Amino acid sequence: MDYSNFISQLLNGNPRAAARLITFVENDIEAAEEIVNSIYEHTGNAYILGITGAPGTGKSTFISTLIKIYVEQGKKIGIICVDPTSPLTGGALLGDRIRMKQYFSLDNVFIRSMANRGQLGGLARATEDVIKILDAYGCDIIIIETVGVGQSEVDIFKSAQTVVVLLVPGLGDDIQAIKSGIMEITDIFVVNKMDLMGADKKVAEIMQMLEFRKNYKYDSKDISKKYAKIELWTPEITKVNSKIGENFDELLGLIDKHKGFLEESGVISNYMKNRITNETMQILKHKLTQKIEDLLNSDEEIGRYIDQAIKKSLDPYSIANLIIKILGLE
Amino acid sequence: MSVDRKIKVLVCKPGLDGHDRGAKVLARALRDAGMEVIYTGIHQTPDDVVNTVIQEDPDAVMLSMLSGSHNALCPLIMDKLKEHGIDDVLVAVGGIIPDEDKAFLGEHGLKGFHGPGTELKTIVEFVKNNLKR
Repeated sequence: MDYSNFISQLLNGNPRAAARLITFVENDIEAAEEIVNSIYEHTGNAYILGITGAPGTGKSTFISTLIKIYVEQGKKIGIICVDPTSPLTGGALLGDRIRMKQYFSLDNVFIRSMANRGQLGGLARATEDVIKILDAYGCDIIIIETVGVGQSEVDIFKSAQTVVVLLVPGLGDDIQAIKSGIMEITDIFVVNKMDLMGADKKVAEIMQMLEFRKNYKYDSKDISKKYAKIELWTPEITKVNSKIGENFDELLGLIDKHKGFLEESGVISNYMKNRITNETMQILKHKLTQKIEDLLNSDEEIGRYIDQAIKKSLDPYSIANLIIKILGLE
Repeated sequence: MSVDRKIKVLVCKPGLDGHDRGAKVLARALRDAGMEVIYTGIHQTPDDVVNTVIQEDPDAVMLSMLSGSHNALCPLIMDKLKEHGIDDVLVAVGGIIPDEDKAFLGEHGLKGFHGPGTELKTIVEFVKNNLKR
């Protein structure tokens, strides 16, 4: 298929072309390859903001308030909302848009819902490609809403410049705050629903956790460290009420502060390097898995190895080594 | 498989009508049939619907209407879709659609007209069999 018409329309800011291209990259990795190849030089201008948190913490409502503010600032905004795919039927119910309808205008807000299609980590396989399409489309800011996460869906920190984690009062105690996972990859903690009882307690718990981390802060300014983006920044915390937009001034100040930190410290170049490496790894994994699956399903020799394994004369590690040999990857 | 094509459906409620149980049940049934379903919520204007269709690029749009305003809103939605050059999307309306209105809506390109008591699998099959792409 020839995508050049869609791509030139995309670069002229045509929303329909953006939407069609997103569908192509979602459905077909070969199409994604071709499209990304053509638009890549037009990307890199958008600021990518990741919003994550447990189900029901108010991510969509929070984003809708952010959209309103950024629209007033004259920004063009792209929003990618990821919701989970059913492991049983492959279907999905994408309902994040419901909270975002009030500030909707075709010219400066582009919202796209995505099912994660079984991908773990809180994002969909095609999320990185969709970011690029919205970037080339001319968005100043791209907001990514992950699926409602538990503790270990941390992929967002590889894609986004700034990661905001939403918390709510009354969910989990101070032990939750010191667990591994999303609590470690957060740039800005936001206690949402600050009008509810326990909001200040939640803020205090997070602050204690951050104090602890401050003491262990790396004083090295070595920005080439793999996780420099996280290690050299002390996370900020604030509380908001997304429904009425309370305290968003402070929040926006913190986002700007983090953005400033990335640029001034030079960590941004390190982040870009890691992001591209990670993305390349993902693509390689996908391509190699494909090749190996095809081989496993069709190659007679490998079929015989598996028969031998059933008879216990060969084990799965040995089969894997034989396949690596067949693929010429030794 | 490098191609992972899913049927994407938009379920929405245009106009001033808050009764969305039917729309939610339908969204759930389409989800369980393996489709990716976007539910927009209630009180959608024709522009809201069309903007969502442009951005989400669904294969089908299911309008749930119980308010009696289908003859006013549905043709508006169809016209606006046409203005944007969108002619490859199945647009169906269901809910309370009197028999005498079906021909009029049909002339505007609307399909479906499933009312109360329709079995969910009938609607699932209808979507699968009437896609335009």
